[in-house]
Amino acid sequence: MNYETVIGLEVHVELKTEAKVFCGCAARFGAEPNTHVCPGCLGMPGVLPVLNKKAVEFCIKAGLALQCRIAPFSMFDRKQYFYPDLPQAYQISQGDLPLCTGGGLKIVTPGGEEKIIRLNRIHLEEEAGRTYHSGAGATGYSLLDFNRSGLPLIEIVTEPDLRSPAEAKIFLEKLQEILRYIEVSDCKMEEGSFRCDANISVRPAGSQEFGRRMEIKNLNSFKAIQSALTYEANRLGSLLAAGTPPEQEESRGWDETRGMTFFMRPKEKATDYRYFPDPDLPPLVIAEEWVEEIRAGLPELPEEKKARYMEEYGLSAQDADLLGSSRETAEFFEATLRLYSGEVKTVANWVMGEFARLLNLEKLTPIQSKLEPEALAAMLQMIDAGEISGKIAKTVFEEMFYSGKPPREIVAEKGLAQISDESQLVVLVREILAQHPGPVADYRAGKTKALGFLVGQVMKETKGQANPGLVNKLLREELEKLP
Amino acid sequence: MELSTLSLKELGNALRKKAVSAREITGAFLERIKRFNPDLNAFVTVAEEQALAAANEADLRLARGERVTPLTGIPVAVADTICTKGIKTTCASRILENFIPPYDATVVSRLQEAGAVVIGKTNSDEFGAGTTTGYSAFGPVCNPWDKNREPGGDGGAVAVAAGLAPLAISFDTGGNLRRAAAFCGVAGLKPAYGSVSRFGLAALAPSLEQIGPLARQVEDLALLYQVLAGPDPLDATSLPAGAPGRSGQEFTGTAATGRPGLRIGLPREYFAGEELQAEVKDLVLAATGILTEKDGEQVDLSLPSTGYALAAHILLAAAEASSSLARYDGVRYGYRSPEAADIDLLYKKTRTEGFGREAKRRILLGTLVLSAECYGDYYLNAQKVRTLVIREFTEAFTKCDLILTPVTRELPGRAGEEKSPLRQYQDESYTVAANLAGLSGLSVPCGLVDGLPVGVQLLAPAGREDLLFQVARTLEKAVGRFSSPFLRG
Ligand SMILES: [Zn+2]
Repeated sequence: MNYETVIGLEVHVELKTEAKVFCGCAARFGAEPNTHVCPGCLGMPGVLPVLNKKAVEFCIKAGLALQCRIAPFSMFDRKQYFYPDLPQAYQISQGDLPLCTGGGLKIVTPGGEEKIIRLNRIHLEEEAGRTYHSGAGATGYSLLDFNRSGLPLIEIVTEPDLRSPAEAKIFLEKLQEILRYIEVSDCKMEEGSFRCDANISVRPAGSQEFGRRMEIKNLNSFKAIQSALTYEANRLGSLLAAGTPPEQEESRGWDETRGMTFFMRPKEKATDYRYFPDPDLPPLVIAEEWVEEIRAGLPELPEEKKARYMEEYGLSAQDADLLGSSRETAEFFEATLRLYSGEVKTVANWVMGEFARLLNLEKLTPIQSKLEPEALAAMLQMIDAGEISGKIAKTVFEEMFYSGKPPREIVAEKGLAQISDESQLVVLVREILAQHPGPVADYRAGKTKALGFLVGQVMKETKGQANPGLVNKLLREELEKLP
Repeated sequence: MELSTLSLKELGNALRKKAVSAREITGAFLERIKRFNPDLNAFVTVAEEQALAAANEADLRLARGERVTPLTGIPVAVADTICTKGIKTTCASRILENFIPPYDATVVSRLQEAGAVVIGKTNSDEFGAGTTTGYSAFGPVCNPWDKNREPGGDGGAVAVAAGLAPLAISFDTGGNLRRAAAFCGVAGLKPAYGSVSRFGLAALAPSLEQIGPLARQVEDLALLYQVLAGPDPLDATSLPAGAPGRSGQEFTGTAATGRPGLRIGLPREYFAGEELQAEVKDLVLAATGILTEKDGEQVDLSLPSTGYALAAHILLAAAEASSSLARYDGVRYGYRSPEAADIDLLYKKTRTEGFGREAKRRILLGTLVLSAECYGDYYLNAQKVRTLVIREFTEAFTKCDLILTPVTRELPGRAGEEKSPLRQYQDESYTVAANLAGLSGLSVPCGLVDGLPVGVQLLAPAGREDLLFQVARTLEKAVGRFSSPFLRG
């Protein structure tokens, strides 16, 4: 029998606002422990939450980019449980009435089919602090860092529309791409600003009913997501095939080293969070005009951008995807295009090629690098004008990338300008021909490949600065002239 | 000069005429606290050092004539549930026994800006959960009219009645402030919800409580309220300036002259029950007569949800308390059980040892009320009752200008008397509606029975504190003020 996997995701995304969501503390990752804290995010007596409007704006932005309905009226609730890094013993979250409802995101499945993954909701909440455990037993201890306490978080909940671990991964990548695009989050899984819980069940193909659902908690990398879901889908499939479907819904964890999911607790025993409306926060009332203002300020989203790249610039789907999927890359690409009058494809190749390679190597984003679109455009113009060769350009580019200097300055400093002086080159060509009688003879015997070797020798002699077209021409001429 | 009996205005005049210095005033009240507090137990902490420093500062302001307000140089007692930077704030609980906040409540900042002197922190039931101060971790407070009687749930009222401070600020969750005012023979106001910032008030039931003033006379009460009230960006539930229900800032025109054609609503349900002691009822009705004798009108009202209001209040107050008190876990500050071997034991032992009986009762009840099985039956139904109560009052205020009721069912009870929890909650039968509906409620003395004060409660819609002050002043003028034995030399 064939089985079908059904997956729904709950994604937690930290918003990159300047301040925390309910107090004035700076929202910073990686600072000294407990240096961005105040009586509010430490849960001291009598300190009240004051909502950061920017966090609401970011949540609405995410909602609009994901086609959600923005609720004109929503509520903050207290989700209550005891944990040492949860200072008030409740997390301010949203229960029945979230800020964003519905919505969806289009993905292309591994089979090449377009498909909408519906969203159930997006709500705004606060982050807890962080616990660092050290040792165990009588000598063990735990340390608490409240820098993270009170950071704004959105939870994005999908409908159970995903049908394979691969689809789940594609969905998450797409989601990450959009959220980065609209600049509401860095979505860094390794820093915990993009985290995921997955609900998965398996049913006989064609069945309309859902199988028993397993919740897999805290999947913190794309690899973990795909491996854990694949493992769990297989496990549930085998149980069905053996005629022993799971007896209960469970919360399960993912053991990275052993490569398997493990039982944590039955779902029925899930904590009763005793949600109730937070009496310290009035209902969140959102004016329609504000939503429209935010909508108007949204950037062109990746899908729209890629379509435009293909149509307007005639780029291939693959190139459009590479250039359009990060906002910074797209903006760099477009800014360079505006400054450069040559071929679009030339710019695209440099951005996708050398630039991407160096960014990757140095683990930088386009904005973090020293290279400016002006510099790249200027360099491309120099190639077109024959001032430097394509090969030299790579050296110039690398230098621009690391030093941020304009190309002309680099070329002058390093003496990299292309040698296009015929009288200078012809002397060198004659010398090379005299030094390599073998290849000369080959050429004359009709082995035209030998010309390549001779060009190479000239280029080597000039450290790549000779104008290759000119070298070619001179070599041919001089070879003809030989007796 | 005997300073303890003077009104705010009289103290202010003496200060401005340099007949006395702020330091002398604060010193005199500190002396009285030293002398009488061991018996009364109204204060948990006396902030002698800080108070004298603030008094010196006030003297400088007075000397330079800078930023002088009616409160400059005047000592104010502050409830120990209200955070004071650098001064211990225990909430009358073992769990915060040594807690010193690094911040001031907004009301405390407002007092300091006005030049007032925070003289000490007053006792109450633990986090205000109770009606008699019998649940304070630091022992009950005595009633200054009779040391064998309970004072109502607030040490601030006792401090003012006994002349240990000319003014006090405290908080009212279900009537504790108003009831204590009535039992101690002083005036007390629970302002309309959102009038006074709650920032820095260690919460028990955030949707119900407000900080309010206590004073021996209505004029002082109004002056103090004026300093406390106002919008606060640190409290999202505080009414913005100019919002409907936000009263104006000037109450100095609290003339005693009655308003022509004042319509006073008397809700039947508040007078019908046998539990209302006859002598109390008589005095309250007599007060109604005084207020309407010229050309006022008594309006017979019915508030049918009254019987459910108390139940709703008990459930909501407990639900919110269970949540508000959860943060006291021994992890970051406050009491931590020394014997806990792991985190679960740390929670259990800290909270078992740190909280007293009534706080625990509310935590348990509130946890049940908010549990998945009970939420619909208890929490949601209580919220529905709350909505009905609000509607009934809104409707009632179309027929009358204010509503008059007793504050308490009876005279102060014997100190240390054991009451069932339900009987205890019933102490607040007449006062909880103002908390549920967010109304302003003022308790003002209307007479004595067996040498013990009785209060009358005046209720007005949000934003009409001016009317309450005016009417209370009229009554005060007619029945006189009542001085506890501590103020009679
Ligand atoms: Zn903070």
